[in-house]
Amino acid sequence: MSSQVMHGAAHGHDHGHDDHHHDSGQMTVLGFWLYLMTDCILFASLFATYAVLSGSFAGGPSGHDIFQLDFVLVETAFLLLSSITFGFAMLKMFAGNKAGVLGWLAVTFLFGAGFIAMEIYEFHHLIAEGFGPQRSGFLSAFFALVGTHGLHVTAGLIWMAIMMYQINKHGITPTAKTRMSCLSLFWHFLDVVWICVFTVVYLLGVL
Amino acid sequence: MANAHDTHHEGNHGSVKSYMVGFVLSIILTAIPFGLVMFPSLPKNLTVLVVVAMAVIQVVVHLVYFLHMDRSQEQRSNVSTFLFTAMVIALLVGLSLWIMFNIHIEMMAK
Repeated sequence: MSSQVMHGAAHGHDHGHDDHHHDSGQMTVLGFWLYLMTDCILFASLFATYAVLSGSFAGGPSGHDIFQLDFVLVETAFLLLSSITFGFAMLKMFAGNKAGVLGWLAVTFLFGAGFIAMEIYEFHHLIAEGFGPQRSGFLSAFFALVGTHGLHVTAGLIWMAIMMYQINKHGITPTAKTRMSCLSLFWHFLDVVWICVFTVVYLLGVL
Repeated sequence: MANAHDTHHEGNHGSVKSYMVGFVLSIILTAIPFGLVMFPSLPKNLTVLVVVAMAVIQVVVHLVYFLHMDRSQEQRSNVSTFLFTAMVIALLVGLSLWIMFNIHIEMMAK
């Protein structure tokens, strides 16, 4: 019994030593995935809130009055394009091509920044018209849901800028690979949330 | 050693081709619902159904082609935690809406 344990421990040690970094990196990515799953529940709560309040106009505008679908379509295109360019950055990273990673990350950053710029413009426009979050339950829920998504994208952009700096300075290290894998999950996850946003908020809101 | 690592992981990273397939599918699955709402051509109920169905399909396309979910051993923890989360979300959103709309009907129906 005890020799079995000893053997197991020795074996585990050997194995662990060899693969240590590899394993801890994978565990980090899994842990980040678990965080994203809790983020899913945060967004689900905001969607449920929006669904409950989406008819509470309090005499203010409805989605049909204030949403411009051609504008939203361009935002959607920016986010979708940024998803695929991030994918290309990941492929370049696994191929060990530093310049390729930095180039695709820069393109991704520009698309993401374009999305955020359009969202800020939309929010500013609505608030200037007097349709801020305090106007009605519908608008409170709208700003809470879309604003939370926008804050996530902004956080992703900051993270992306830091990764570009680190990879430029230190190269494609194992640590950088782990961090990029997490950021990849984060970025694609935000695109998935945006699919739900443009469907539930904009398309069904205009119908 | 480094090589062994890379090949070991190969299945998870996707390729230019798999990203392009996901991208083209996403464009189609975005264009159809936007087109139907911007240029109404179907009855409203049917439009809602199609728009929601396209969104669900596009979410699955993103999970498979961009987040690389599949049946492999490496993805097992990701997929099982995702399925659990999907169940929590279905309960959270479904039951909240059920309760709130019932309250709404009860309060307004007097």
